[in-house]
This record gives sequence, structure tokens and C-alpha cells, in this order.
Amino acid sequence: MAAVTERLVGTAPRTRSESGVWSWITTVDHKRIGILYLVTSLCFFFIGGLEAFLMRLQLATPDAHVVSEVVFNELFTMHGLTMIFLAIMPMSIGFINYMVPLQIGARDVAFPRLNALSYWLFLAGGLVLNSGWLLGGAANAGWYNYAPINIGQHVINGVSTNLNPGPDSMGITFYAIGLQLAGIGTLMSGVNFIVTIVNMRAPGMTPMRLPLFVWTTLITSVLIIFAFPAFTADLFLLTLDRLFGTGFFNVAQGGDVLLWQQLFWIFGHPEVYILIMPAFGIISEVIPTYSRKTIFGYSSMVFAIVAIAFLAFMVWSHHMFTVGMGPLVNSVFAATSMVIAVPTGVKIFNWIATMIGGRIRMTTSMLFAVGFLVCFVIGGMSGVMLAVPPADYQFNDSYFLVAHIHYVLIGGALFALFAGIYYWFPKISGRMLDEHLGKWSFWLIFIGFNVTFFPMHFLGVEGMPRRVASYPANLDLRLWNAVATFGVFILTAGLIVFLANLRKSLRSGQAAGADPWDGRGLEWSIPSPAPEYNFAAVPLVRGRDPLWVEKTYGDGHMIPYVPGGAAPEAEAGGHGHAAAEGHGEGGPGGEGHGAGHGHGIHMPNPTPLPFYLAIALTVAAYGTIFKVPEIMVLGLLGTFFFVFRLIYDHDPGHHVLPEEDAG
Amino acid sequence: MIEPSHSGEFGAPRGTYHEATPAENNKLGIWLWLASDCALFASLIATYLSLHGQTLAGPGPKQLFDLRITVTATFVLLCSSMTMGMGLEAAQRCDYRGVLRWLIPTAVLGLAFVGMQVFEFTHYVLQGLTLQVSDFGASFFTLVGFHGLHVSFGVAWITSLLIYVFRKKRVDQADAWRFEAVSLYWYFVDVVWVVIFTVVYLMGKVG
Amino acid sequence: MALRPRLPWRRLGLGAATAGLAALAACGRVPQTALHPAGPVAALELHLMAESLWIMVGVFIVVLGLLGYALVRFRERPGDTHVPKQVEGNLRLELLWTVVPFILLIIIAIPTFRDNFALAADQTGSNVLDVTVVGHQWWWEFDYPSLGIVTADEMHIPVGTRVELTLESADVLHSFWVPALAGKEDTVPGHPNTMWFEATQPGTFPGQCAEFCGTSHSDMRLLVIAQSQAQFQQWVQGFQQPDSTPQTPQAQQGAQLFQTYCATCHVIDGAAWQTTPLTKSQTGPTGFPIAPNLTDLSAHQTLAAATLANTTSDLTEWIDNAQALMPGVIMPTFQGVLTQAQEQDVADYLEGLT
Repeated sequence: MAAVTERLVGTAPRTRSESGVWSWITTVDHKRIGILYLVTSLCFFFIGGLEAFLMRLQLATPDAHVVSEVVFNELFTMHGLTMIFLAIMPMSIGFINYMVPLQIGARDVAFPRLNALSYWLFLAGGLVLNSGWLLGGAANAGWYNYAPINIGQHVINGVSTNLNPGPDSMGITFYAIGLQLAGIGTLMSGVNFIVTIVNMRAPGMTPMRLPLFVWTTLITSVLIIFAFPAFTADLFLLTLDRLFGTGFFNVAQGGDVLLWQQLFWIFGHPEVYILIMPAFGIISEVIPTYSRKTIFGYSSMVFAIVAIAFLAFMVWSHHMFTVGMGPLVNSVFAATSMVIAVPTGVKIFNWIATMIGGRIRMTTSMLFAVGFLVCFVIGGMSGVMLAVPPADYQFNDSYFLVAHIHYVLIGGALFALFAGIYYWFPKISGRMLDEHLGKWSFWLIFIGFNVTFFPMHFLGVEGMPRRVASYPANLDLRLWNAVATFGVFILTAGLIVFLANLRKSLRSGQAAGADPWDGRGLEWSIPSPAPEYNFAAVPLVRGRDPLWVEKTYGDGHMIPYVPGGAAPEAEAGGHGHAAAEGHGEGGPGGEGHGAGHGHGIHMPNPTPLPFYLAIALTVAAYGTIFKVPEIMVLGLLGTFFFVFRLIYDHDPGHHVLPEEDAG
Repeated sequence: MIEPSHSGEFGAPRGTYHEATPAENNKLGIWLWLASDCALFASLIATYLSLHGQTLAGPGPKQLFDLRITVTATFVLLCSSMTMGMGLEAAQRCDYRGVLRWLIPTAVLGLAFVGMQVFEFTHYVLQGLTLQVSDFGASFFTLVGFHGLHVSFGVAWITSLLIYVFRKKRVDQADAWRFEAVSLYWYFVDVVWVVIFTVVYLMGKVG
Repeated sequence: MALRPRLPWRRLGLGAATAGLAALAACGRVPQTALHPAGPVAALELHLMAESLWIMVGVFIVVLGLLGYALVRFRERPGDTHVPKQVEGNLRLELLWTVVPFILLIIIAIPTFRDNFALAADQTGSNVLDVTVVGHQWWWEFDYPSLGIVTADEMHIPVGTRVELTLESADVLHSFWVPALAGKEDTVPGHPNTMWFEATQPGTFPGQCAEFCGTSHSDMRLLVIAQSQAQFQQWVQGFQQPDSTPQTPQAQQGAQLFQTYCATCHVIDGAAWQTTPLTKSQTGPTGFPIAPNLTDLSAHQTLAAATLANTTSDLTEWIDNAQALMPGVIMPTFQGVLTQAQEQDVADYLEGLT
């Protein structure tokens, strides 16, 4: 079995994959999966935004009661979870999925089926988490869900006590199970991206020539595979506590409530960098392109990314300055936290130095990148202030902190993602976004964001704690809360303009062509949208910014790689060449470096197995949540069945003949 | 213009370009998964270390642990590592009978280990150590049980591989990565057991 | 429940039964702020906040200046088609913006470390007042072990005396925050913490729980009342020699109802029925009192975690329907159990406690 001949026989060339729901369910194409991630994350983004909108309505005036305390607590919890786990992170993963293989000159990710499974598990996790709204209450103890309130009903010294009094809610069980599901998916994405980047680079794409977005993806993935297990363990212990009566977080059973916090933040701080790293990568793509200059200080940028990732694992306790760790521990973590500002500062200055001396086009994407620089620097600086423990005693858990995280996550991550949307949308859809509407949306979002969140710094030091459902009239908090809510309306207007822009572009947008921005990376060397096989011929990379190198030294097109040929040739060449052995989770492009003669480019076949596996695991998840052992066992058996099906299923793949004008 | 700079960044690649095979991808993927699993076990071991002193009303490690059975289980698992190694070597030689000869005992030894653990757990529960009685119990059963689940999954994986080669009646060079992957997993599970044996049982009995 | 008007604070502002709150309400602001410190701890914290802020503002101006320069000077002019020089980096510049931030951070770090230890130092000696703070869902218990006082939600302290706080929790995480006096410290179940503060001027300083602690987290408030030594002593005496004798017939009725319905949980020191130690039902599962100690209630400015004014009408409403005012609280609703008049009687009795 797995003989190469077997693969070549009887697989007729196919054209570009079909459309329709089933084709999306069974797709293993990294680009389609990327689009699924982007669309899903955008949907969750608007759900999370609606939750935020309701909260700001409630807080617009003192003593307001738009929603009850019970609902308010669910809103801020689900808002945080949705934005972090279901909007920003998957939006980054969407771009990573679509762009990283293109940027390194690969035809897909290393494990296309695993990639589909990652997406379906992310979606399943998001739906399980949100299904709490319909099935007896959503999670209601904050996104970090501190113990022991998260264990709910528990026996304490013989007395059954509800540590989360109010309506009887299963929300936190949905949290524990839903996030475990999504977490497995994310973990598999991390593994997939690392293998892709390590093993599947085009010839000449050496580590120090990788686009910085690829570097940030690599480091993000490393953070994912080492940080997520701590959270998985934490959620596992929480599940045991909630469903099986253990007392990991119950003092009366010998538990330690700080254990949850330690494990959570060992995950949680790297998670913050998982959110921001891809954003750094996008900015490092956008600024050089629109400045028409190569990135300034590439090596120090790479070093800064690695340093930030390393330090990310050494600062977690700065989230816990007020839990009573003692002055020594606080000082150590204050020091490590402050040090992170140094590599981050290096990145900021390098970005600005890239712009200096360039020829800057102020496109919408570049506007968002500049907005990112301004807001992220503000967020970074409030971060340094929060790293000073005595100051943190006042800032912590106040609206100052709320301002900080939103400056980092909206002003930082989200602005960069918007820059990425305006930058890469033409590549993904083949159509340009409207620049006029784009600039309107930028200014509305930028102004709305700052009007909403800058006053929160003042609210924090004037004594408003986070997560309060209301505040009394005689605290002097009325003015800035009203201003903040006013800002939300501007922000919302900007988002509506953005949606209108998307709609307009998809209906009647100007055709983009392969390279609308005078781009520098490999993704701009192929048609828009990218064909199924990405590259008709595997490109030969002759330098950093490969396409720019060809525009400067060559004829502006990538030179196809010729196996064995030392000197680059101008003409497309290469012959079908079966190098690959083994199969299983087989990647594409196993044979044929160049435009294939005879049998075309080998691509994996679509399969519904990842989708089925995700459904089986979701069934097991609901069986666990509702404590129905039969359903849980059924789901787990199904899961194992599909796991082994995936391991041993032989995918003969199919062959695609590239179009003549490709590349 | 991009000058050939200090980092020698411009030019065609030197040396030969090797395109990674799916098998190589799979192996790297397994390594990364196991690295991640290390972090998961580290979290659970840390949990155990921070809570194992909380025996409360339940029995403690000193009175419960019987090193004879644990040492036997350890020996069984280490033996299975050896047979796994022999099986991998056979697979790399495409020796179908050799694979059966060494992998069937590996699965049986793994199953024996799981069986001893089930026996051990039952014994502890009868002596009053449960998930609920104390956090020593909760963290012990979670950590050791989680490892037991890993061994069980390994047994299932080996069994599925045996069925796979049994149906083909032969082992191909192209299947070598499958054996390398499962053996990597198996060694990992063994190494984790050595850590657990030291941290939980030896330190529990002596410390 | 969704449309329930949130009256308590508004009423507190209007009713203003007590002098202190009336004064505060009159000027329209309660200084729950970290920007006007009333003691050395908050002052030191404000100092560090300000120092780090000004350094950061300096950095921000430099960054914004460079960014503005880049955008204005190097923006594409119409007709300009030159290809910019592709600069790969500059070791000297890159070292500069690595080293300078590092130096700035050291400037912030040195006082940070010093003050970390200064704030953590245990306060001992004859002039130090020890108070144990216990966080409950949703009220604050204040114990003065050296004075034998157990009270709730309002902490009286003498001006100019260092107060050493021991922080504990009866249920979940809370965080004790009185911004004008000191930053937060969490109350962690099974893990007592300490902190200290001192008020250098008399006043009523509001605070509230800063760590999410459940449904009515936003209602978990408190007051620290800093008084002259003489006034403080007077308050202490009121507690140490409580008078719980009902003065009116209504109050007498109320006392009887209290004994039947309320004394299961609430303690009134010196009341005829009260035993020492507390009864089993008055103690929660973790060994802390299950409900606020109501001794000398008339000395309180507020009720219900400082969300209601201490008036007979507010108290009656609280007894009548605590769940509507603070959803999820352990205090049951007596609507339907007691008549309006009976609730009034209980309130009369409690307001007479001195």
C-alpha cells in the first residue's frame, strides 16, 4: 500500500472545487478553512459587540437598570470570552490559515484534515459556550472565572453551600467544557502551523527570510502548545469539581483557590501574546508595503518576538499582585513584566524607522496600522504602570485595567486585524474594498474607540471597580461613563460602515488583480483569489521580500524552482517527480515541483471525517454537561472511531492542472 | 536596493532543497503534541505537589501505597518499552512476523499495567480514598488516572496498528513512520510514569 | 426583576439621614478616588502612579513625535515615483532604543521595589490598631480583637493611628478597596492576607469590593470613618456597653419578633437571648458569623453593605424584600411572613439599639 504508483493511477484531474454547503463542510483547503475562520470570528465579534453595547447602555447613567445584575454578570463574562476566544484569536488564525502557506510558498498546511478538525472544534466550542444562554444561563463569573465562585454548589464542612448564589446556573459548566473543546482545536492549529513553517517552506525561504507574519505565527504556535495545556488542566480540574464533587478549589476539602489563578495565568498571560503576536506580524507586513521599504531591523524584530514569547511565561503572577504573594515575589514579577516593555519598544521604534525614509501611501490599511501604533503604545504604557505593584494596588480590577486591556486588544490586536482585512481582502476575495468608505470606517472606529475607552482610565482611579452592574449617583462617575457610552455609538457607526463596505465590495468591488498594493511577499505573486493549488510552480526564493527582490532584480515574476538546477532560470520548468513516501495525513504537492506535465499537482481530497469527529466530541461534551453517561460514552466511542478512521484512511488525493496564465 | 547585506540575505539557495514528506510532517507533529502533553502533565504534577499533603479525614500515602505492586507495574511498563523497541526495529526492516512477535506482547504488557492500576485504585477506594474525601485523593486519582488513560489510549493505538498490518499481511517502508509515532508516544508515556513513580510513590512512601 | 428601580443610593442621597453623608451628598461627590489620598499608603501609591505616568508621557511624546515626523515628511507626494532606499537596519539606533527604555524602566523599578517592601511591612506596637476584615457575600465583617468589637460595613478608626488589617474570606474571593486610604488587597479563603493604612485626616471614606464575588458584587460597599481619638473612644464605648433594651411598646414587639425570626442568624451583643459563643446557626460553614452583628445599630450611618441609609423606612424595606434590593443575598424576604406593621416594629427595635 501507499506505493506511489497506486496514487497516480485512476485519479482523474479535477478542476477547482465545487461550491455549496457540503463543499465547505468537507473542505481541507487552507484558504477555505481560513475564510471559515474569518467569517465565523466576525459573527462572534458582532455577538460580543452586542453584549458590550448592552453593558454600556446599562452603565451610561448611574443606578440604571436596563438589565438585571444576573444578566449583566453573564454579559461581561460572555463578552470577554467571546472576544478573546471566539473573535480575535480565530480571526488571527483565519489570516494565518490563508496567508502563511502562501507566504512561505507552500500548497497547503502540513495537515489539511487536522486543520479542518481544528476549525470544527473551535466552532463546536464556541457554540457549546454560547448555548448556555439558551440552556439555563451563560457563564457568569468573568472570563478568568476565579475559584472558588466557579465551583458553585459545594459541600463545605458538611453544609451544602452555593458559592455563586443567585439563579441556579450551569453556565460555568458550559464554560469548562466549551473552552476545552475549542482549546483542543487551537492546540492542533498550533502543531499544524509549526510543522508547516518548519517543513514546508519553498526553496530559498530560509528562516531569516521568513516574512515577519510567519515568524509571529511560529512563535504564537509555540506559545499555544505550551500555554494551552495549563488551561486544559485547569478546566479539567474545574469540571471534576463541578460534576464529580472533588474539591481542588474548595478549601474545606483541602483545596487551594489560588491554584486556579496560578494555572489560569500561566496560560492566560501567554494567551495575551497569542492574541497580540499575529497582530505584530500583520503590522510588520502592512507598514513595509505601504512605505515601499523593507522592514527596519529585521533581525532585532525576530529577536524581539522570541524574547517577548520567552518572557510571556515568566510574568503571569503580575495578574495576582493583590492576592498576597509577598513583596519579594511581587518585585520579581514586576521586574520581568517591565522588561517585556523593552522588546516591545524595539518593535515600535523599528516600525517607525521603517516608515522614515519611505514613500508612504495612506491607505485605509495603513491608517489602521498607524492607529495601532498610537493606541498600542498607550496600552503598553498603561501596562508598565500596572507592572508597578503599589500602583497596581489602586489600578487592579478597576476601570483603569478595563481601559488597558481594551487599548491592547482593540487598539492593538483588533486595529491590526482591520489593517489585515483591508490589506489582504483583495487577495482573499479578488476584489478591492472601497477606500472612501474604508477611511470613514477608520476615523469613526478610531475616534469612537478612544472616546469610549480613554475616559475609563479616569473612571478607574476615581474608584470604579470593573464588573459592577451599576454605580451609585453620588460617586463622581457620571460624566465619564456617559462619554464612554457616547463613544460606543461612534464606534458602532464605524463598524456599520465597515460592514457596508464589505457588502459593497463583494457585490460590485473593483477587481483586484494579483498585486494591487505593489506587494513584497509571495502571496502577491499569484492570482487573486489564490487558486486551489496556490502556486502553479514552486517559487524559488532569492531574498527577504521575495517578490520585491524579483521586481528589483528580475522581471517581476517569481522564478520557478528547478530541482537540481543551481542557477535560476527564467522559464517555468520542472517535471513530475514523485519524492514523497508514506501517506496518511498526507499534505499536498507530494509530487511535481513545477507545473506538472501529464498528471498535474497533487492535492488532498475533501472529506467529512473532521466534521463528523467534531460532532461526536460535541455529543460527548453535552453528555458530560448534562451528566448523561450513556451519551457521553456514545460520543467518546464515536470520537475514537473517527480518530482511527482519520489515522488509517487512505487519501489518494486528486490532481489539478494549473491554468495557463497562473503565476 | 537590497544590497547583499551583513546577513548574506540575497541569492539563490545553496545546497539541495529537500521537500518534507508527509511522514516527516507526521513525526514532527507527534513530537510537538508530546511536548504539549508534557506541559499538561507538568500542570497536573504541580497540582498534585501542591495538594498531596491534604489528606484530611481520608487515608494518606504512607498507609496506602504498597510499593510491591507499583514496582511490579513499573517493571511491566519498562519491559513493554523494550518490546516496543524491538517491534519498531522489526517494522523498519519491514519484518511482518517480527512486528507481530514484539507488538502483541507490548499491547499485552500495557494492558497488564492498566489492569494493575485498576486493581490498585479499587483497593484504595475500598480503604476510603475517594475523589471527594480529600484533595490528596482527588489529585492522586487525577494525575495517576490521567496517565492510565494515556496508557490505555496507547494500547488502543498499538492494537489498531496490529489490525492494520494484519489485514495487509505485510509491513511497508512507507508505514515505518506509523511505528515510529506510536513508539515515540509509548516511550513518552513510560518516561512520564517514571516521573510519577518517583514523585507520587517513592516520595509518598519516604518523604 | 428587570424593571426594578434601583432606589437605594438615590434615596441615600435624598434622605441623607446622617450628618456625614448629608455633607457628602450636599457637595455632590463622595471621594472614592485614588487621586486625593487621605493617608500615607495611598499617597505613596499615588506618587508611584504619577512618577510612572510622567515617564510614560515623556516616552509617548517622543514616539508620537517620531511617528508624526515620518507621516508628514515621508508621505507620498503626487507624481513622486522614486523607489526608497531599502535600509535593513542600523545597529547603533537599535541599541539606542533598547538601552534607553531599559534605563527608564530601572528608574521606575527602584522606587517600586522599595515601596513594595515598605507597604508589606507588618505594623506592630502599642499605637497600632488591629482589625480583621472578613469578606462575605455581600457585606464586610470588621473585628477588633483587642477591643472585643464585631461589626459590619463601617470601620471606625482613629485619625493618625496605623491600622493593621488581617484580611480573610468566609466564602469566595473579595478585594478590600478604600481608594483614598490604600489600594486593594484580596480576601482569599484559606489564605489570610495583611495590609495596613492610616488616615491622616478625619472623614468618611467610601470603598467597595473590587474582585467579582457574585450576583450582587456591585452592591458590596463599605465606609471607613476616621475620627478623632475621643470620638473613636466614644464609639468603642457604645459597643462595649451596648443597650439593647427596647424603649417603646412597638420596639418590645419588635424584639420578640427579632428573637423568633432574626436571631437565628443575627447577633446583638447583650441581648437577653444571645449566648456566647454564638449558636450553631449563627455561624456559617467556614466558622465566620453568617450575618452582620447588629449591636449598636443606631451608631451606623448606613445599612446593607453601605447601600441604604440607616433609617427606619430603609430598614423596613430591607426586612420586607432584601432579595429585590440585593439579589442572591442570604437575607431572606419577609414579605408574606411578617406584616408591614411587624416589620416596622422590628425596625423600631433595631433603630433603638445603642
